[in-house]
Amino acid sequence: MTTVIENDQKSGRLEVGTPLLEVKDLHVEFHTRDGVAKAVNGVNYSVAAGETLAVLGESGSGKSVTAQTIMGILDMPPGKVTQGEILYRGQDMLKMGNEERRKIRGQKIAMIFQDALSSLNPVLSVGYQLGEMFRVHQGASKKEAKEKAIELMDRVRIPAARQRVGDYPHQFSGGMRQRIMIAMALSLEPDLIIADEPTTALDVTVQAQVMDLLAELQAEYNMGLILITHDLGVVADVADKIAVMYAGRIVETAPVHELYANPAHPYTKGLLRSIPRLDQKGQELYAIKGLPPNLLKVPTGCAFNPRCDVATDLCRTETPELHHVTDKDGKELTGRRSACHLWKETLHG
Amino acid sequence: MAEPILEVKDLVKHYPLSQGILFKKQVGAVKAVDGISFDLAKGETLGIVGESGCGKSTLAKVLMNLERATSGQVLFKGEDISKLSGQALKAVRRNIQMVFQDPYTSLNPRMTVGDIIGEPYEIHPEVAPKGDRRKAVQDLLDVVGLNPEYINRYPHQFSGGQRQRIGIARGLALKPEIIICDEPVSALDVSVQAQVINLLEQLQSEFELSYMFIAHDLSIVRHISDRVGVMYLGKMVEIGTDEQIYDNATHPYTQALLSAVPVPDPTARENRERIILSGDIPSPANPPSGCRFRTRCWKAEDRCAEEIPLLAVPSVLEGPAAHESACHFAEVRESAAA
Repeated sequence: MTTVIENDQKSGRLEVGTPLLEVKDLHVEFHTRDGVAKAVNGVNYSVAAGETLAVLGESGSGKSVTAQTIMGILDMPPGKVTQGEILYRGQDMLKMGNEERRKIRGQKIAMIFQDALSSLNPVLSVGYQLGEMFRVHQGASKKEAKEKAIELMDRVRIPAARQRVGDYPHQFSGGMRQRIMIAMALSLEPDLIIADEPTTALDVTVQAQVMDLLAELQAEYNMGLILITHDLGVVADVADKIAVMYAGRIVETAPVHELYANPAHPYTKGLLRSIPRLDQKGQELYAIKGLPPNLLKVPTGCAFNPRCDVATDLCRTETPELHHVTDKDGKELTGRRSACHLWKETLHG
Repeated sequence: MAEPILEVKDLVKHYPLSQGILFKKQVGAVKAVDGISFDLAKGETLGIVGESGCGKSTLAKVLMNLERATSGQVLFKGEDISKLSGQALKAVRRNIQMVFQDPYTSLNPRMTVGDIIGEPYEIHPEVAPKGDRRKAVQDLLDVVGLNPEYINRYPHQFSGGQRQRIGIARGLALKPEIIICDEPVSALDVSVQAQVINLLEQLQSEFELSYMFIAHDLSIVRHISDRVGVMYLGKMVEIGTDEQIYDNATHPYTQALLSAVPVPDPTARENRERIILSGDIPSPANPPSGCRFRTRCWKAEDRCAEEIPLLAVPSVLEGPAAHESACHFAEVRESAAA
């Protein structure tokens, strides 16, 4: 896809400047009846304009909680940010007041949710809900807002937008609803979009339509995109760089090509080996043994050690840092990090 | 092919749409399954793929006799089971079991694992006499890779993957010959999916099971299936062995479906040829005339609107690639499997 190649070049150029968004050493806890669940445990990542960062992880890995914290929509309590910074254009959003954050939310950073049917209000027409963005943030009149809503629906290619602007969410198909969610996120031309599993509820053919639309609009507006997903296929299609999360930590970051070609963390390696491929019929699938950890009692040392094939005593006692990764000659690989004591063995075989 | 254990002939399931309050009259029908035929051999896995709304889950329900077929036959070892009732139906049902999609809602939260897996024995006491049931359930737990000591636990004490194992154990309890799996792994995490798929494969060779494996994930279907059937709007549009479907797809819908699947390999993304289908799947209450796919097909001509294409081996296909496809213009696309 050509749009992606262009993005690569763009992000390469912009990476020199300040990134749009930087998450630094973020910690989020949930206080539950059974104890404290450490959902996010020192996460760092950044996105530049025009760049697509994919955050990959299974349920309970903390990928959605991180996103909700960035948006400022995390339920607090029970959630609590205990440490860290979220810098938007260099300003820490966690230190801002409610009014200031509200100006950023929706206008500068917008979010697309997984389930479009439950994210749209069933008793309001889609036109009204789209127009709300303009009425609330820009003080537009009802008439102006409706016109803008039609324009937006056109942009995300909903056929007969003018006739359908008064329709209700249930009158649209799943793919159409997700387009409306995208339209809503795009309405104020934000700098950054966070898409939380945007296509998980959709069929493959519709998924392809929606992902293409998203990539195209991203290139058009030169937006940053954080794509949160568990689908390794979708990630390979659109991402520039990837952060793999496990039990509230980032375990590996890498540019997309290098991660798939040569993973530097046993978890990533296991994930890649455990998915059946459409283009090749395998024998028995490799399966990562065991289950994702309970966040109330994360194993000591490396959280992945009970499921890891290569774990040593060191892994059971000491939590690995996110190491810089070097190639065989000791040259540092840009953008690559691995939180494994044995990254050398994993990467170089 | 070995002798089929299950034969489905021209199976139809229509849900009537009625109008009026006092005098209900039928004004139409949702044609969920509209004339489907296929065979399933012993020890074979038949994958069924298609988008939501194509009728694949309705097909499963009709095969299980949870829904009555409007017309057509389902032959289990030569006997038509679609019209059975009472004792005769009960006897046949033992042989066809189902594993459901959502392991969170398909297990009763108020029953212990032992009661859930042992419940089939209440209905079919001949399989395990009362005194042996606890032992039988513990054996099943062991077979699906769970600790037999968990017999008194409740479903909420298990993770998603473990719950799906409980669902599989329940399906195995009556020693069936056919298991219908309706999206058995789609609710699970990637790393757990592989475990469950491996378990299903291992159980198949151990107990000589036949599977009908319904899923929307084409990569998983390819991995587990011997043969694959592709459904669109209540019809089977193409059926063949996995190589025939994945490497030599001839129906435009199958080609589009395959091209849309994201491949976990970023090096492939620049040279992939994607077919992006426009529009959505039409309503099964009012399907297009002729070929049902024509409204989204790039090959459609006048003939497609008039004449319903039959599921047959197209004349252009020869040799090992020959398989059935319901398209007037069936041909293998160059580099179809991107």
